[in-house]
Amino acid sequence: MSGVLGVPAVGAVAALQEHAAGSFEPVLPALILLFPLLGAILNGVGAFLWRDEKRLPSLIGPGALLASFAVVLVNFAGVLEAAPHEATVVHLWTWIESGALRVGVDLQFDQLSLLMCLIVTGVGSLIHVYSVGYMREDPGYSRYFAYLNLFVFFMLILVLGASFPIMFVGWEGVGLCSYLLIGFWYENREYASAGKKAFIVNRIGDVGFLIAMLLLFTSFGTLDFIPIVEGAPESLEYGGLLVTGITLLLFLGCTGKSAQIPLFTWLPDAMAGPTPVSALIHAATMVTAGVYLIARAGVLFALAPVSQGVVAAVGAGTALFAATIAIQQYDIKKVLAYSTISQLGYMFLAVGVGAFTAGVFHLMTHAFFKALLFLGAGAVIHAVHHAWDQAAHGGGHARHGDPNDMRNHGGLKAFMPRTWAFMWVATLAIAGVFPFAGFFSKDEIIWDAGAYGYPILWGVAIATAVLTAVYMTRLMVMTFHGESRTFGHGGEAETRTHLHEAPAVMWVPLAILAALSVVGGWVNIPEALPLPRFEWLHHWLEPVFEPALAVAAAHGIEPAHVAPAGGGEALWAGVSTLAALAAVLLTVRALGARRVPTAAEAVAPTGFARVLHDKWYVDELYDRLIVRPSVALWRGCWRVVDAGIIDGTVNGAGHVARLFGWIGGQLQSGRVTTYLLVFMLGAILVLGVIG
Amino acid sequence: MSPTLAALGTTDLIALLTSATLFSIGIMGVLLRRNAIIVFMCVELMLTAVNITLVTFSRVHGVEGQVLVFFVMAVAAAEAAVGLAIIIAIFRHYQVVDLDRFRVLRW
Amino acid sequence: MITDFLFYLFAGGATLGGLLMVTRRNPVSAVMFLIATLFCASGMFVLLGAHYVAAINVILYAGAIMVLFLFVIMLLNLGHADWRDLRTPFGGLVGGAVAVAFLGLLARDLIGDVAPLAGSGRGAVMSVTAVEQGPIEAIARPLFQEYVVVLEATGLLLLVAIVGTIFLARRRSA
Repeated sequence: MSGVLGVPAVGAVAALQEHAAGSFEPVLPALILLFPLLGAILNGVGAFLWRDEKRLPSLIGPGALLASFAVVLVNFAGVLEAAPHEATVVHLWTWIESGALRVGVDLQFDQLSLLMCLIVTGVGSLIHVYSVGYMREDPGYSRYFAYLNLFVFFMLILVLGASFPIMFVGWEGVGLCSYLLIGFWYENREYASAGKKAFIVNRIGDVGFLIAMLLLFTSFGTLDFIPIVEGAPESLEYGGLLVTGITLLLFLGCTGKSAQIPLFTWLPDAMAGPTPVSALIHAATMVTAGVYLIARAGVLFALAPVSQGVVAAVGAGTALFAATIAIQQYDIKKVLAYSTISQLGYMFLAVGVGAFTAGVFHLMTHAFFKALLFLGAGAVIHAVHHAWDQAAHGGGHARHGDPNDMRNHGGLKAFMPRTWAFMWVATLAIAGVFPFAGFFSKDEIIWDAGAYGYPILWGVAIATAVLTAVYMTRLMVMTFHGESRTFGHGGEAETRTHLHEAPAVMWVPLAILAALSVVGGWVNIPEALPLPRFEWLHHWLEPVFEPALAVAAAHGIEPAHVAPAGGGEALWAGVSTLAALAAVLLTVRALGARRVPTAAEAVAPTGFARVLHDKWYVDELYDRLIVRPSVALWRGCWRVVDAGIIDGTVNGAGHVARLFGWIGGQLQSGRVTTYLLVFMLGAILVLGVIG
Repeated sequence: MSPTLAALGTTDLIALLTSATLFSIGIMGVLLRRNAIIVFMCVELMLTAVNITLVTFSRVHGVEGQVLVFFVMAVAAAEAAVGLAIIIAIFRHYQVVDLDRFRVLRW
Repeated sequence: MITDFLFYLFAGGATLGGLLMVTRRNPVSAVMFLIATLFCASGMFVLLGAHYVAAINVILYAGAIMVLFLFVIMLLNLGHADWRDLRTPFGGLVGGAVAVAFLGLLARDLIGDVAPLAGSGRGAVMSVTAVEQGPIEAIARPLFQEYVVVLEATGLLLLVAIVGTIFLARRRSA
C-alpha cells in the first residue's frame, strides 16, 4: 500500500526537478478520475450486496475523494512551480473518428482546470466526510455514496476535458447525478418530480450547448479547446453574427446548468435532496460549470461584445431578482438556494464584463462559504429532526413539523455554539465584510462592473450586495437568535434536553471551511489596497485568459480606474464593507426584537411580501405558458398521431389483409357455378390480352 | 383484313361467324342453366363450334385441321363419358342434378 | 349459288338449333335440338369439303355421344324435368354479358389484325390431295404417320375414360 502513495510522491518530486518553468507534466492524471469512478462502482455494487453495512461505504466514499484530492494536490503543486504558459493535454484514447471529426478522450491540465479540480475534490472531500455523519441512519447509505462519487467523477471530466464534447459528457453526467441525488428519496413523489424538473430544465439549456458545438465544428473543423482558442481571433469576425450566435447558445446552456434567468426554476426545488448534496452540487460545483464554460471559451465571448453584454446583464439581473426572493423565504435551504442563484449571477456578471479572473475567484470563495452555509444548515436540520424524534420516543411532546422551516428554529445559539460561530463566519464572508473571503471576490466584481463601463449593472450589484447582507442576517437571526421555537413558544427546556450539537464528523468539515472562508480571499488582494501579495491569482491565471484579454485590449476595452460615481477602488472597498456591516447590524436590530411566529401559527404574507414569497410567480408563469400547452400538444400527439394514425394504420393494414382474405375466400365458395363463372371470366381476360 | 382471311371466301367467313356465335351461345348456356346435364350439352355445343372453326381453317392451312377435329371428337367422347359418370354418382347422393346444390368443392 | 344458299341454310339452322337448345326446359328436347345442330354442322362440313369429318360428326358425335346423354337422362329419370332452372335475372345478366363479351372478342380477332400464319397455299394442295387420294386417305395418312403418337395417346385416353367411368358410376357396396 505504501507504494501507491510513494509513487506519486516520488513522481511529483521528479516532475518538479526535471521541468523548468514553462511546461507542466501531469502526474498520474488518470488516477484523478479513476478513484471516484472506482468508488462509485464499488458503492453501487455494495448498494445491492450489503444492506446494513455502513463501515465500508464510509471508507470507500470519502476515501476515494481524499485519494483523488491527494493526486490533484500533487499536480497542483507542480503547476504552481511550473507556471506554464500553455496547457498540457493528456491523450487517453480516441473516442470519435468520423470523417473530419476527431474527438479524443483528452484531459487538459492548466492553471484553471487544476484550480477547479482542487475545489471539486477538496470541498468534495469535506462534504463526503460530513455525509458520513449526516446520512448515517439512511437505508440508502451505499447508494448515496455511489451517486456522490459518480457525480465527482463526472464533474472532474467536465473541468478536465480538453474539448467541448468531453466537457459535454461531464456536463450531462453531472446533470444525471444531480437528478439521481435530488430524487434520492424517490418514494416521495414531490422529490422525484423535483429531480425530473432539474433534469428537464437543464436539457433545454443543453440544446443551446449542442447547437453551439455544431456551429463551432463547422467554423473550426475541430472541437478541441486549444486550437479553437488559438484560431478564434483570426477565424471569427469580431462582433459578427456567427460568434455572437455561438456564444449566446453556449450561454443558454449556462443558464440551464447554473440556474440563471430564465432556466433557474429547478434549483430551489432541488433542495428536496439531502443537504450535503445541495452543498456539493448546487452550491460549490455543478452550478459553477456554466461559469467555467464561459471562462474556458473566454476568447469567443471576448469576440462577441453583444453576448458579453447579455451575459453581464442576465447575471446582474438574476442576482438582484434572486436576492429579492430570498428575503421572504422561510425554508432555510430555499434561502440558501436563492442566495446561490444570486451569487452565480455575480460570477456571470464578472465574466460578462470581461473580468474572468474575478469570476473564477468568486467561484472559489463562494464554494467555501456556500458549502459551509449549507452544511451548517444541514447540521441545524439534522439536530432539529433528531430532537423531535427523541421527544416522540421519549413520550414527551410529540410534534413533528418541517425541520427546514426557520420558524421552527430560533435560539439555537445556546445549543449549537460551534455551528453558530462557523455560520456567522460564512455570513460575514458572503456579505462581503473585510477581511473575509467574500469581501475580496465580490468587491472585485462590483468594481470591475463599474470599471468596464456598466454603470447600471454596477448599481444593481451594489444593491444586491446590500440585500445579500440583509437576507443572510435574517437567516442567522431567525435560526440562532431570539427565543427557541422548536418545541413551541416557551419550550426552551425541552429543546435543551433533546437538541444537541452536531457530531465531530460533521462540525470538523465546517471548521475547515470556515477557515477557508476567512483566508480564501487573500490570494487575490487588489493592488489598490495597501496590503501585501497583491493580485496573485490574477497573475497566476493570466496565461489561461490571455487570448481573451488580448482580444479585448485590441478593441480598446480597458478597465477604468475610477468608479462611475467617482472615487478609487480603495474608497469603494471601504464603503462597501461599511455598508455591509451596517446592513447586518440594522437587520439584527430590526429582527432581533420581533416575535417570530412558529410554522404552525404562521400567517400567509400579504402584498408585495407575498409576491416575493411566491417567487414572483415565475413557476406559475412557466406552467401556464409552456408546460400546459406542451402537455396538451404531447397528449394530442399521443392520441391522434400515435394511437390514432400510426396504430390505426398498422391495425388497418391487418384489417385490409383480412379483407383481401375474405374476398379471396369468397372465390372458394365450393359452388360449381361460381367456379364456372370465374373460369369464363379468366378466359375472357386471356382472350382480351393475348387474342 | 389479315392475309389468312383474304384467302377465304364469303362462305368461310359465314362459317367462322357461325362458330363464334355458337360458342357464345354455349357459354351463355353454361352460365345460365342449373341442370348439370344441360350444362354439359352446352359444353358439347362449344366443342362443335370449335370443330367448325377448325374445318374452316383447314381449307387454308391443310388437312391438319381435320386431324385435330378427329382428336377433338375423341376427347369429347371420353369427357362426356366420364362427366356423365360423375353426374350419376352425384345424383345418387343428392337426388337432383341442380348445380347450385353442389357446394362442397372446397379445400 | 345453290351451295351458297344451302350453306347459309345450314349455318342458320345450326345457330337456331343452338339457341333453342339452351332455352329448353326439358332435357330431352334439349338433346334433340343439339342433335339438330350437329346435323347442320355436318352439312356445313360437307359444303366446306371435309367429308370425312362430316361423316364421323354424325356417326360419333350425334350418334354415340348424344345417345349416351339420352341414356343417362332416361336412367336418372329426368325426362319430365319441368322445374324452372334458369337463373335469376341478375344471373342472367351476368351470363349474357359474359357471352356477349366473348362474341365481341372473337369478332375482334376475326376482323382485326391477326398475325398471319404460315402456309397459305396448302389449302389448294389439300383439295388436290383430297381428289387424288380420296377424303379418308387424306386424313388417315397424316393420322398414322405424323400424328401416330397422338393417336396412340388418344387410345390410352379412351381406355382411362372407360376405366374411370366404370369406377365412378358403380354402386357403392353399403
